[in-house]
Amino acid sequence: MARTVAPWEIELKLLVKAEDKTDPRYGCKPEERPAERYIKFGVINLDKPAGPTSHEVAAWVKRILKLQRVGHGGTLEA
Amino acid sequence: MTGVLPIALEESRKVVQALLLSGKEYVCLMRLHREAKEEQVKEVLKEFEDTIYQRPPVRASVKRRLRTRKIYHIDFLEMDGRNVLFKVGCEAGTYVRKLCFDIGEVMGCGAHMQELRRTRAGSFAENSDIVTLHDVAYWFMKWQEQRDDEILRKFVQPMENALDLVPKIYIRDSAVDAICHGASLTAPGVLSIETGIDSGSMISVFTLKGEAVALAKAAASTEEILETEHGIVAQTMRVLMPRGTYPKRWRSGET
Repeated sequence: MARTVAPWEIELKLLVKAEDKTDPRYGCKPEERPAERYIKFGVINLDKPAGPTSHEVAAWVKRILKLQRVGHGGTLEA
Repeated sequence: MTGVLPIALEESRKVVQALLLSGKEYVCLMRLHREAKEEQVKEVLKEFEDTIYQRPPVRASVKRRLRTRKIYHIDFLEMDGRNVLFKVGCEAGTYVRKLCFDIGEVMGCGAHMQELRRTRAGSFAENSDIVTLHDVAYWFMKWQEQRDDEILRKFVQPMENALDLVPKIYIRDSAVDAICHGASLTAPGVLSIETGIDSGSMISVFTLKGEAVALAKAAASTEEILETEHGIVAQTMRVLMPRGTYPKRWRSGET
């Protein structure tokens, strides 16, 4: 019966095991993806309005952006 | 109910799994059915800062059996007559409507949830990058007109941001494509590891460029992985990166 640390309050540290370089010819930093791929591999932090269901809101985003499929992270009641 | 609802576009839908399992935070307006003292309200809220038992409500999308959920914190914000405003951080799958009902029962006066706003879902919080449907429609139209990718970045973020709270293992370029084909991650491919990994916990596999490769299940803890020289350290669960993004550096059927 006391406050416990929430997952988002935990700071993760990075421990190095080995060193290596990455080849610039393959892949790219997520922020530098070309527009089309940036969208396809993108997420929107949406402020859900009151009224419509989470599912409906997701469907609207899909239509606005003319996409084939979208998903949402955790239903929030209408 | 309003607030943080992460929308995963196309290929990024695969990261939703990580979001569904991650903690949430809400600001809740609870209505008491009788007047009560602020002291009592605060006391009872504190009692719920614990692992609680909940049976999902009748109108729920999961099986209605009693289950436990962790309440990380409940912070009393303010009170006006029978209206109580509080902030709650909780495990995924906690029903706040149920929580309000139970608080009312313990108080003896009864209570119900009046309004709810989600302020966090995993790594997404109610902060500067949250956008409304109007923002999305507006910025998308602007982007189509101007084709300036800076506009795109105003409302879409890389899927990698959804994995901020999932401990990461960074791997060598040479290990990437095998993972994309569903292979398990072995020790020689590991470059660095985040703390907080236990055997069996969900981790994310990243390249040195910061691209998500896959979601995986750790076969050992952070410390153990750091010490291991060979063998499987994580089992690939969900591949996020398309095959062939990195060159193939492995041969199948090789003995």
